[in-house]
Amino acid sequence: MTRSSLFAVVTAATMVAAPAFAQQSITVSSAGGAYQEAQRKALFTPTAKELGITIKEDTTTGINDVRLQVAGRAVKWDLAQLNGYECARGAKEGLFEPIDYKIVDTTGIDPRLVHPEWVAISYTSLVLIYNTKVYGENGPKTWADFWDVKKFPGRRALSHVFSPDMLSVAAMADGVQMDKVYPLDMDRALKSFAKIKNDVSAWWTSGAQATQLVKDGEVDMASIWNGRASALVADGAPVRFSYDQAVLMPGCIAIPKGAPNKALAMKALANFLKPELQADFSLLIANGPANQGAFSTGKIPPERAAQINSSPDNAKKQVLLDPTYWADNLVTATEKLNEIMQR
Amino acid sequence: MLSSQVNATVDGGLNQDTLRREARRETWKAFALLSPGMAVVCLAILVPIGWLFALSLFDEQGRPSFENYARLVEQRSYIQTFITTFQIAFTVTGVCIVLGYPLAYMLSQLPRRIAQIGLICVLLPFWTSVLVRTYAWLVLLQRRGLVNTWLTDLGIVSQPIAFINNFNGVVIGMTHILLPFLVLPLYASMRSIDKDCLRASLNLGASPIAAFWQVFLPLSIPGLVSGVVMVFVLSLGFYITPALMGGGRVVMWAMRIEQTASLYTNWGAASALGVVLLVTTLIILGLFQWRLGSRAAAAWNAR
Repeated sequence: MTRSSLFAVVTAATMVAAPAFAQQSITVSSAGGAYQEAQRKALFTPTAKELGITIKEDTTTGINDVRLQVAGRAVKWDLAQLNGYECARGAKEGLFEPIDYKIVDTTGIDPRLVHPEWVAISYTSLVLIYNTKVYGENGPKTWADFWDVKKFPGRRALSHVFSPDMLSVAAMADGVQMDKVYPLDMDRALKSFAKIKNDVSAWWTSGAQATQLVKDGEVDMASIWNGRASALVADGAPVRFSYDQAVLMPGCIAIPKGAPNKALAMKALANFLKPELQADFSLLIANGPANQGAFSTGKIPPERAAQINSSPDNAKKQVLLDPTYWADNLVTATEKLNEIMQR
Repeated sequence: MLSSQVNATVDGGLNQDTLRREARRETWKAFALLSPGMAVVCLAILVPIGWLFALSLFDEQGRPSFENYARLVEQRSYIQTFITTFQIAFTVTGVCIVLGYPLAYMLSQLPRRIAQIGLICVLLPFWTSVLVRTYAWLVLLQRRGLVNTWLTDLGIVSQPIAFINNFNGVVIGMTHILLPFLVLPLYASMRSIDKDCLRASLNLGASPIAAFWQVFLPLSIPGLVSGVVMVFVLSLGFYITPALMGGGRVVMWAMRIEQTASLYTNWGAASALGVVLLVTTLIILGLFQWRLGSRAAAAWNAR
């Protein structure tokens, strides 16, 4: 038995012995893996200690889980971490409790990502990566380069019919200025997508698959999540990526409607967003903090800040994916993308 | 005369009534023993399927509508996915027959002990997860994988062959996983073929080839049919292997179910896809039963 599971048993036993303490716990669901481990170390454990509560964890694959719990009136999560556009959709469907911004301080968070029912908690970027063995140091730098099969011949991989990032990238490839990508000109982006479609060798459906395609040289260039890209660089793979023209995708957090411990969840959420904890989080993983205040805590050394996708310098180079746009247009765009894909 | 005969027959079976009662009681007992299982099947399969069907008839606002089915006909991508799914299922079944029949035949002709070792080799892949096996194929078959490296080093090909991230990749991966489902029932039925039938045909002047085509093959049909049905039906619902080996360029029905379940806010959209797959599968099973089942049964009866 590992120490942590022994600890869990002891905690559980204590909770049975003292029911008064048992109420003081919340359940947070997140994306699992290294991401959730970083959240545990930087956000959950310190918050639990500070508030004197127990934070239980669960993992989720997306908004469907929340939808199921709310529809079945069996909500077991007090806080749910999701993709930004999923939060925006969930809010539209009435799946969340309103956030009390008297308790939750959002100073330092992009106001575009502070909504009545959800708030950003971290960022993931979709970056362009290329193989330096194939292109040397002068590989494709922009999405227009990625689309230019004459100038940069080679095999390409993109994410599979996931319209939010795909169409953001397609718009930029067609020459849309970065600050003009949103609100998205969907038809133009779809036309741009149709141009590259036949030159894509593989469409990835998971981060692991993207990593494998790039690492094994199955493709020469690809779109990939920055966490995976950093891991490849750390592994010594002959690849290069930058945050130029990357798509900055916010991860968000919300309280499912009918959550058992709303009030406590609100306090925990307020704590998760504090600059200090957010800074600790970004030291553990490549997904940057939502709170820009993290960079002025002095905890993040400048060389680390240069690697983090949401640091002020890097964020400037990227397009922020607009969650509210996708809440309204996800279905239409994805079905149109499917049509082109299967043509 | 006639009546006395009838009476004699009835008299001859003095205990017939008792026997019939016994038989009826036994039927009821068997039914009673079956009923817990039947109840579980009903609760765990029929009720959810009924629910699935009901869900598919509601739109995003929860109003009853055929919207979810209309979408499948109106949008070309769904039709294309449907066609692709069947192309894959037919190809995989075909390749499985071509590879599996000779294998099962060889195993059935070997001495039992050696055949068992062969069967273990057939079963061995079953003990590894589908995901792991699919990734193993990716490692072997990718552009800089083992197979392509050998082929290019030996000078057999100048450019790496595109084994994966296309139709071929999906067929290779699925055939590997589904082959045992064809070989096992086929082997079992071939084992049970009476060798004397073959001997008799040879004795009557058939050449070995004629003996195979006219005697062995028809007798092995029942096993082949059950294998083919299993492979075909399983391939219609395949998910992991096409998702990985197809590299997103081959989209099968199950992948669309997954995508639709997360894309639409109502479960009806994905339910409709599930219902379509289920109904299609049932129709195919019915066709098999109708066209081949009778022949298979005939082959059994003739035996």
